Amino acid sequence: MHNCCNNYTRSQLLRAGAAEAGKGLPAIEPGMPEPAGTGLSRRRFLSRSAGLALSVYGASKIPLSAFETGIAQAAPGDKILVSVFFDGGIDAMSVLAPVGDPKYAALRPTLAAKAGDGTTFGEDSRLQWHPSAAGLATLHAEQKVSVFPAIGYDHPDQSHFTSRHYYEIGELNVGFRTGWMGRYLDIVGDEENPLQGLSMDGSLSPMIATAQKPVAAIDSVDGYDLWAAVSDPVRAEMFKSFAKFGALPADSPALAQVRRATAQTDKLRTELGGLGGFTSPVPYPDNYFGHKLAGLAAYIAAGLPIRVVTISAAGGYDTHSGQAADLSDNLKDTCDGLLAFQRDLENRGLADRVLVEVWSEFGRRPEENGSAGTDHGAAGCAFVIGSKANGQMVGEFPGLEKLDQNDNLRVTSDFRGMYCSLLEQWLGQDAGPIIPGAAGFARPTLVKA
Amino acid sequence: MAIPQSKPSSSKPKHKKQRRHQRVWNDKHWRWVATPDGDWRVQGYIFKHKHKPKKHHFRGPGPKPPKRAAAPAATAAPTPAPPATGDSRPAGAYQGPFGVPQANRLLHRAGFGPVPGQAEQLVSLGLTGAVYSLTRPSGAANLVGPEPTDDDGNPLAPADAWGHDGLWWLDRMVRSDQPLVERLALVFHDWFATSQDGVSKPQQMIDQSNLFRAYGLGSFLDLFKAVTVDPAMLQWLNGAENTKSAPNENYAREMMELFSLGADRGAYSEDDVREQARALTGWRYDWSEDEGAHNFRFDPKRHDEKLKTVFGQTGNWSWEDSCRLCVGNPLHPSFFVDKLWSYFAATPAPEATRNTLMQTYVSSGWQIRPVLETILLSPEFYDGPPMVKPPVVQLASMLRRIGRFVDTDSWTWLMEATGQVLFWPPNVAGWDDNRWLDTSRMRARWNVVDYVLDELSVDAWDGSYSTTETPEEALARAQAVWGYPELRDETRAELLDLARRCELTITAKWQRGPYRAMRQNALLQLIGVSPDLLLQ
Repeated sequence: MHNCCNNYTRSQLLRAGAAEAGKGLPAIEPGMPEPAGTGLSRRRFLSRSAGLALSVYGASKIPLSAFETGIAQAAPGDKILVSVFFDGGIDAMSVLAPVGDPKYAALRPTLAAKAGDGTTFGEDSRLQWHPSAAGLATLHAEQKVSVFPAIGYDHPDQSHFTSRHYYEIGELNVGFRTGWMGRYLDIVGDEENPLQGLSMDGSLSPMIATAQKPVAAIDSVDGYDLWAAVSDPVRAEMFKSFAKFGALPADSPALAQVRRATAQTDKLRTELGGLGGFTSPVPYPDNYFGHKLAGLAAYIAAGLPIRVVTISAAGGYDTHSGQAADLSDNLKDTCDGLLAFQRDLENRGLADRVLVEVWSEFGRRPEENGSAGTDHGAAGCAFVIGSKANGQMVGEFPGLEKLDQNDNLRVTSDFRGMYCSLLEQWLGQDAGPIIPGAAGFARPTLVKA
Repeated sequence: MAIPQSKPSSSKPKHKKQRRHQRVWNDKHWRWVATPDGDWRVQGYIFKHKHKPKKHHFRGPGPKPPKRAAAPAATAAPTPAPPATGDSRPAGAYQGPFGVPQANRLLHRAGFGPVPGQAEQLVSLGLTGAVYSLTRPSGAANLVGPEPTDDDGNPLAPADAWGHDGLWWLDRMVRSDQPLVERLALVFHDWFATSQDGVSKPQQMIDQSNLFRAYGLGSFLDLFKAVTVDPAMLQWLNGAENTKSAPNENYAREMMELFSLGADRGAYSEDDVREQARALTGWRYDWSEDEGAHNFRFDPKRHDEKLKTVFGQTGNWSWEDSCRLCVGNPLHPSFFVDKLWSYFAATPAPEATRNTLMQTYVSSGWQIRPVLETILLSPEFYDGPPMVKPPVVQLASMLRRIGRFVDTDSWTWLMEATGQVLFWPPNVAGWDDNRWLDTSRMRARWNVVDYVLDELSVDAWDGSYSTTETPEEALARAQAVWGYPELRDETRAELLDLARRCELTITAKWQRGPYRAMRQNALLQLIGVSPDLLLQ
């Protein structure tokens, strides 16, 4: 965690609070929007058919047993959209460095990339891929990545919290309580299938916050096992006694709590024990993000009825200082993971069903700060990845000669236009009822005909 | 291992800059002061205004505080009193037997559990002597046993290596001969919950925990003041971004809501939040990539010198006044007593006990030690229901039981799954003591037990284990490995039943040793996750 953004920490707390709805929220700073999804009820739920321990949000009136049926009956085969979020505001000018722009070296005296350090960006020779983004460069060369080199919105807000909120809800309005993907699910989703909207970071992403339909979050893509240096038949006897510990009477609330947790843990073990792991047909980078993507590919392959997924990229990108090293490592983990995920889907024959949208709440300031980092800026970068991605740049790189009134990169595409295209071209859903003012946004072609 | 101390230059602000010479308006104010008979009287004093006061501003003394029941015999001595001899117990104290079960509870809640034999030793001191042996330590703490290491046998680097800060503290929990000092540090880490997430350097978190060690048995006001301008806290709750031109209310709100008064009790208003924020203005720090946030200091140019009205009292309040006004708020003693009590007992204090605690607190001048001694001597502490051990307490107490020390960095990731990572509380409200156990946390505790037993599990397949061990012998061996913890009758009965059932699974001669060895491992594991070891 770097300096400057203590408000950022605060906002993370607020999100944690929202994720644990009902526990009460920390106080909100004046003007801060509350995250979408705040106040949705949350219940824990184990799906035997999916092999997952889920936190299910919304739809508190439906009995949990109904979800089990819903998951089993929901038809797989729909298009899937995966959102990957660079948390903290990634420096777009590092991902695609404008080494051919005459102003670049002066604005970035210590951080500037050298021409030739990375692959030249084929659609604009001023730009050069960061070496850590080689995975994206590879897929771009295969025409599987649509690049937004300067995405954003008019009058950009430089608060992590507010700008992220705008992207999450798909509108410049601090009062919205549903996410843009959540509103999509409210229209097309199933009443009893929480897996249709899946957050893979443990808590509900405001992007999939719905008004009615259930959605889910998972802590881990792995199974649920208890370790012990004991094997059957003694192991079976051991768990019988463990279950007995959970079933014995209790004469105090604390003992009752232990007994309850013991009984539930043993039950979960019997239900999930056999589902331990998954195998991937391709190697993934050895990090948490890659592991989650590997799990996701396995779930899709297993036919789980998933429609939209949210997942945070590896690491954080709020690089106010020491940017070079932090960004390089995290970007590599993320891009290597995305490449492996695409190869995995191709290998499994699922690549035509999945598009990945990569975004961040804003880009960073063109001029570096005094601590070898960059402060919050305006236009950022986004990517749409997949075998069905159109693979053509959307909006041009605006150049550094003329910046906006706050000395930030000018915006050449609007994120809401990207959302409209994803909804209409990929998910087959009219954006009108989902994105306020949809009629006014240009639709870039994002999906191959 | 010495407590890592940062250089004075970065651990605490240098001398405050000299204030510019200012004119002072001397003004007569009035306040309540305690009288020896338990009542209050009005005392006049000269308040020095930094700005010309308004003609009719509030000059005190405010509503009269409630009458105190009886005059205290003496305030808590700052120096340790000699341990009581025999078992003379103060009036109102627990009067039942003080044996091993009671000593175990005391050692678990006021420390991190016994090492083998420690409960018996405590019993020999009698109740009062046992409590005072914890609450009145003398001198610096000694760390008894081998120095902590990482997986490669290297010394810890708490200020530098990921996770070593928490291991460094875990080691103190396991080895300190002043366990209550460490337990109070944990209590106040939760009370003033600050996370590394918002702090630039681990050393600043360690420094903050050292404040808790230094002040945990002293004056709450001193502690409160020290925390208010502690570098970690100044970063965490934006205290150093709170200036007269751009006030930040974050700390002002939490200092009242979470640290001293409590929300929704009518103790303060939204106006008080804003005014407190103004009183707290002026702190700042410098930032560099190498040093992170450093050079914390009070900058008078950033301090709001205008009058502020807090809880109806007007003055040119400073950050110190801000703390003093909170502690002086009539609703603070009940907040303090209830919160401190909740760390040591499962059910709220009865009204009479609560009143006694509040009187003790106020009459001692906000001293923590006498309140704590009253809690640890109270009947409810010994007669009341059990509590769930926080995960780190359970881990430290298991290591103490089996005589193991910090010798692996695995605890860092294992503890994350239990829901308690030292220096990383989930938010500013601290950990939720009612939510320690669910299917995910319970699984994590099971797996922690497996790791704790690492070296103590027996090898089922090396042919060395007894082929004739009886069920009774098996259970006795497992209990001995755990240092003979007290087990409930029903736990013991189930374990014995398991030991017998395991023998029935032996159907071939080759299975006699290996299955008995696995039985032993099963018994060890189940004792570790039994309610008996999960509760305190």
